[in-house]
Amino acid sequence: MATRVIQFREALREAMTEEMRRDPRIFLMGEEVAQYNGAYKVSQGMLEEFGPQRIIDAPISENGFAGLGIGAAMYGLRPIIEFMSWSFSLVAADQILNNAAKMLYMSGGQWGCPIVFRGNNGAGGQLGSTHSWCVEALYSNVPGLKIAIPSCPYDAKGLLKTAIRDPDPVFFLESERMLGDKGEVPEEEYTIPFGQAILRREGSDVTLVSFGRPVNFCMEAADELLQDGIACDVLDMRTVRPLDIDAIIASVKKTNRLVVVDQSWPFASVATEVITQTIERAFDHLDHEPVRVNTDDVPTPYAKNLEMEYLPNKGKIIAAVKSVVGTTV
Amino acid sequence: MTSMPASAAPSPASGKSKYTLSAKLPDATLHKWLRDLMLIREFELKTMAAYQQAKIGGFCHIYIGQEAVVVGTFGAVNHDDPVVTAYRDHGHALARGMSARACMAEMFGKAAGCAKGKGGSMHMFDKPNWLFGGHGIVGAQTALGTGLAFAARYEYEVLKTGPKKVCLSYMGDGALNQGCFHEAQNLAGLYSLPVIFIVENNGYSMGTSIERGTTMAHNLCLKAAGYGIDAIQIDGMDVMSLYDQFKPFADKCRAEQRPGFVDLKTYRYQGHSMSDPQKYRTKEEVAKFQERDTIMTLSNYLLNERKSLSEAEYQKIQADVRDEVKDSVEFSENAPVPELSELYTDVYAEPMPNLSPSGEYTHGAKNPLL
Ligand SMILES: Cc1ncc(C[n+]2csc(CCOP(=O)(O)OP(=O)(O)O)c2C)c(N)n1
Ligand SMILES: [Mg+2]
Repeated sequence: MATRVIQFREALREAMTEEMRRDPRIFLMGEEVAQYNGAYKVSQGMLEEFGPQRIIDAPISENGFAGLGIGAAMYGLRPIIEFMSWSFSLVAADQILNNAAKMLYMSGGQWGCPIVFRGNNGAGGQLGSTHSWCVEALYSNVPGLKIAIPSCPYDAKGLLKTAIRDPDPVFFLESERMLGDKGEVPEEEYTIPFGQAILRREGSDVTLVSFGRPVNFCMEAADELLQDGIACDVLDMRTVRPLDIDAIIASVKKTNRLVVVDQSWPFASVATEVITQTIERAFDHLDHEPVRVNTDDVPTPYAKNLEMEYLPNKGKIIAAVKSVVGTTV
Repeated sequence: MTSMPASAAPSPASGKSKYTLSAKLPDATLHKWLRDLMLIREFELKTMAAYQQAKIGGFCHIYIGQEAVVVGTFGAVNHDDPVVTAYRDHGHALARGMSARACMAEMFGKAAGCAKGKGGSMHMFDKPNWLFGGHGIVGAQTALGTGLAFAARYEYEVLKTGPKKVCLSYMGDGALNQGCFHEAQNLAGLYSLPVIFIVENNGYSMGTSIERGTTMAHNLCLKAAGYGIDAIQIDGMDVMSLYDQFKPFADKCRAEQRPGFVDLKTYRYQGHSMSDPQKYRTKEEVAKFQERDTIMTLSNYLLNERKSLSEAEYQKIQADVRDEVKDSVEFSENAPVPELSELYTDVYAEPMPNLSPSGEYTHGAKNPLL
């Protein structure tokens, strides 16, 4: 398979572009996606290829254009709605949670909502608390949604193509901090199925579970821990709803130890859910209580040192892993 | 640009009629309108009775008094024009062609309901009749209406697979004050989308009179003007004059693929919902509107002025709608409740493993309307 190295943002663009060539029902709408070429240059050049009827600049009106997308999806189109940041999806919460998520159920199976909402999720870099939302904890609470969180360019492309083809509403969580990340992406067509985690590192001492950007911190931590003789299974969940709990359980049965790394607040987070389900299904296999590494439970601070302290990082992950392997290693 | 109804026939009515376009409609159309009005009225009376017997649960909003709105506006558009509305939606469902059985069974929480008992009174959906719901969150459906219009225009212009359509997006006067509606109007104006926002202005949102809830209540059209949307005020108590004004307006929105706004003055005779002591208005006020009741006005016209309908035929319509509604209640009472397994169906169009820790989602039983 021929591959080349491209940026995360290019991987996203390729996914959208290829799908739009394949299916004329797909359109992209969001703030600055067309003439400005994307606030983060994800949609660069797409206006030129597809024209203003399919690459559509929206005013700063998230509730309005999220709802527009949902109405269009019910009618039979396949909208991609870009949020400049998932932080701004909060003003569209009613549309995305009530209408997108529940339409199929409320209509007794008559109208689904094949739509993708996508954009930056999580702390960008000193943006302060209003602009640094991680929405996976909030939104994964709602049935009817699927939530994908890629950690690298390869996954960004493969998962986004799957999201666009999926007949259900998919929340696709990217990260401003990863858009410039580079990685190998095949020239050939591929998709990545939802609900199937991938093992990024293999080891028998601890299961490290993560999704999205912190997967990269987990891999850094795993590399360093290996020098201390601690080998981690690093599971990248790729989607949190569905959540590949089977992969987690299989790993925990091998390592008997679990650390979950999640870039949102700890209270009722995805980490909480992973740990709960693990206890429900593999309690007897745990040799140590599971540990979670979340952000600190405070609004996101501005000051650089405070923000760094607040986010999950390699150091915190290493400390957490060492706390669960204890003296037995 | 306005187009005359394809079936326009020479008017059999007297030249003195105050009606214009509607007077030229065939007798059969006007008789069907009368039947629809009477069906909704009768349906709602029996809905109230069933609610009082606790056979219907939840919130339930009665349409009596506003029937002319749906019959007159639907009469002016095509069957495949998309429609979306708020929670006071039984009239929309029936006038769009949903069977009384499917509508009543939904409220009874039965599997034969239009949403298999998963939606209830406020959430009537009917795909074969292009009714994209009943929606419970005040104002939220207006953005969907904009999206339906966007998609219809896209289908016409980009996919080139459909005709020019116009979406009817209904709302109460209370929804005028929701941010969503203002965003929906701005987008509709900006993108020039063929959606008509029809404000069913019955003067109240629950107990709040319109003057107490919105600015410029005496001239709502000014609000739409700010979004570059053509607007008209229409008296909604007389179905024929309503049609006379609405038809050319809707035709223009369709032809020019532009949005519209209609301040449709109407009135609900019953309380806001089934639990409303109605302290905020007088009996005299209600009586004043009932004097202009649309069923009375239309039946008078057909019986006495146009003379297209005989007293016996009128009685027959009355008996027919009574039978139809009675049948819908009996049907709903005897219909089976949804299987418990339906709890986990229709959550996802494509269920997959591990979507939930509480159970596996599956595909649902086929919707009875499909
Ligand atoms: C967002 C939201 N807020 C409050 C309510 C509760 N509520 C339901 S109906 C209603 C009044 C709406 O009145 P109007 O829009 O005029 O419609 P009408 O009942 O007159 O048909 C209110 C406040 C709601 N359903 N949604
Ligand atoms: Mg009202």
